[in-house]
Amino acid sequence: MKLPFDEMLDAAGKARPHYQIFHDWLRQQSDSLMGLKRAEADLIFRRVGITFAVYGDDLGSERTIPFDQVPRIFTAKEWGQLEAGLRQRVKALNCFIYDVYHDEDIIKAGIVPAEQIYNNAQYRPEMRNVSVPRDIYAQIAGIDIVRAGEGEFYVLEDNLRVPSGVSYMVEDRKMMMRLFPDLFQKYRIAPVEHYPDLLLECLKSVRPDNVKKANVVVLTPGMYNSAYFEHSYLAQQMGVELVEGKDLFVKNEQVFMRTTQGPERVDVIYRRVDDDFLDPLAFRSDSTLGVAGLLSAHRAGNVTLANAIGTGIADDKSIYPYVPEMIEFYLGEKPILNNVPTFQCRKTEDLAYTLANLEKLVVKLTHGAGGYGMLVGPASTKAEIEEFRKHLIAHPDKYIAQPTLALSTCPTFVESGVAPRHIDLRPFVLSGKTIKMVPGGLTRVALKEGSLVVNSSQGGGTKDTWVLEE
Amino acid sequence: MLSRTADCLYWMARYTERAENTARMLDVNHQTSLLPQPAEFLEQSWKKLLTISKLEDTFLSQYELVNRENVLDFMIYETSNPSSIVSCLYAARENARVIRGKITSEAWETQNTTWLELQRILEARHQADPSRLLEWVKHRCHLFRGVLYGTMLKNEAFYFINVGTLLERADNTARILETKYEDQASLKVLDVDEGAGGKFFDFYHWAALLRSVSAFEIYRQIYSDQVTPKQVAKLLIFNKQMPRSLVCCVNELIPLISEVKNQQSKEIERLLGKLKASLDYSDIDEVFLQGLEEFIEGFLERINHIADEFSSAYLIPLATN
Repeated sequence: MKLPFDEMLDAAGKARPHYQIFHDWLRQQSDSLMGLKRAEADLIFRRVGITFAVYGDDLGSERTIPFDQVPRIFTAKEWGQLEAGLRQRVKALNCFIYDVYHDEDIIKAGIVPAEQIYNNAQYRPEMRNVSVPRDIYAQIAGIDIVRAGEGEFYVLEDNLRVPSGVSYMVEDRKMMMRLFPDLFQKYRIAPVEHYPDLLLECLKSVRPDNVKKANVVVLTPGMYNSAYFEHSYLAQQMGVELVEGKDLFVKNEQVFMRTTQGPERVDVIYRRVDDDFLDPLAFRSDSTLGVAGLLSAHRAGNVTLANAIGTGIADDKSIYPYVPEMIEFYLGEKPILNNVPTFQCRKTEDLAYTLANLEKLVVKLTHGAGGYGMLVGPASTKAEIEEFRKHLIAHPDKYIAQPTLALSTCPTFVESGVAPRHIDLRPFVLSGKTIKMVPGGLTRVALKEGSLVVNSSQGGGTKDTWVLEE
Repeated sequence: MLSRTADCLYWMARYTERAENTARMLDVNHQTSLLPQPAEFLEQSWKKLLTISKLEDTFLSQYELVNRENVLDFMIYETSNPSSIVSCLYAARENARVIRGKITSEAWETQNTTWLELQRILEARHQADPSRLLEWVKHRCHLFRGVLYGTMLKNEAFYFINVGTLLERADNTARILETKYEDQASLKVLDVDEGAGGKFFDFYHWAALLRSVSAFEIYRQIYSDQVTPKQVAKLLIFNKQMPRSLVCCVNELIPLISEVKNQQSKEIERLLGKLKASLDYSDIDEVFLQGLEEFIEGFLERINHIADEFSSAYLIPLATN
């Protein structure tokens, strides 16, 4: 079997030109030193409290996400191609969400079937004809990218609801600079630490029209949420309040927070709470994480939610196959980034193909996330495949299937030394007055040999991501 | 500032202070328990420690004997005891974690490191030397406060932290004084030998109490005299310069409250002003005339009433409609 593309080494086992300096450097480092640095990194992450809560454990059990010391390096040229593709894609996705809630041109043009929109649980009829500032719905997008070969990038999925991981992007960079400052003299690496500044600028630029100086807050489900560190980190770095639902209330379709000096008006909410939990009056009535009346304030245009309610309609896996056509439809441009070829199991012929090729395919729930509810055919046993087949036959419209991509690998420290492990990349795209990005993103690595699942909830780790300056 | 944030800052400070004072009380009891004395008195003094924190029932539901090992175990490690050192440090750290963005990263890291070190101590808890552990608790709390003083903006957050610290400290100093004073009174009855031996023991007892509030050297410096119960009480209640005295805590609270003034803080200012005046225009003789125990009970009631008023003025969200 052909080996997957390795980021550092070419087919002959020689370092690629942009990895040459790192490769030489790495060979000079002793195993014991790297072991010490690794322990130091874990200690610092713990002391600083860069951890995520483990659900179901008691008395403050927290885990750090494994951090790997071998960076994932992009050349300026590769990144340039990726960045152009990401900007184009997110722009089109925002156009699509606007269209879905307003004119529905894309349905009228017969590109996306109406039932794919209206029957989708992520479609929010409450948002019909609601205007949002600058017509931007997904201010913060995290697009998952994988590489299959030289210059061959695919978008695996779009995350337009509450994408997380950006704090690890920044903290991994700080950690690398702390552990190996000499590497930053050998390479010219584009900085990423100004992400919170860009985020704040973006959030302010989408404030309601009648507001001069926006009061921005970050809304978190609370400290037991696995991403609490990130919520708290971003609020602190932006110098804004971190609020929970119970800190806010709505009066006369305006949002206020409860402070020690009385109620204070809130204009922009960077919310890290899912749609379903945002407003017990509009969505799940048992939610204690939200704010009663928030939807009405949002609809009245008195508060901006970032991201807006109802963005899930564009990142659902059943909509994913239409994104390349969206780009052509709204922007009149050829898509720069590829989609992974996708079989929609709701279609009879696609389902038949999928059922006949389960051992070769990756099958995913259209509404799934976090690596749950999926089948990786080549890595599964016969019994697992047969079990999955039953679910698929019972509810074909809930699934899509994709060929198993040969995800690229990157050398990674594991118990037996340095070995190739599969990676992906989540860059973050900020859409406000203009589209802004920091170069790079969060590289996630599947630490188990051969595994293609990089999610931290499934034992994935992270790496620093370098974009070299020319 | 968010009311919830103020609440977390306040409780973070209170729990830190409580952990420290629990360590102080345990330490002084541990030290005095090493002195030669009648067995029933020894048991009495451990029991007393439970009563002042109103924990006797919880304790007796879990342990049979009131002795040094059991009380130390219960007051240091027991997580079902909300006043144990482990519980206090946990609560302090949980509150800090919620508002980690509102304190400096140095302050957060200090709090978090305390918690991480505590995990290691807990793993080897059966080898832990109580004195060293209690010393460590005091040291970590000092360090945390020092980091706050040295790194925090002098803003609302800082004031709420200080209010929490001072309210808890005033409460704890009063309780320490109350228990130890009663101990001493009961000892007088037990002590048949009124000669030199009795005096000698007396001295160690009061010296230990002073040490528990870091006041032994201060006492010497101020009075350069024999350690007498009345002067000890005077120092801990009325001395304006002694950082853990009741007067000092109350005096420091007044300007803090005016810094964080809001529409509902009038009542707290009034209560604090009244308490200050009653301390200013009283003296130790009057206190003893009234009875020390009664005086302290009265003080505790007033200071806790102020704490309740404070909670409803700032920490429980203001008018929502």
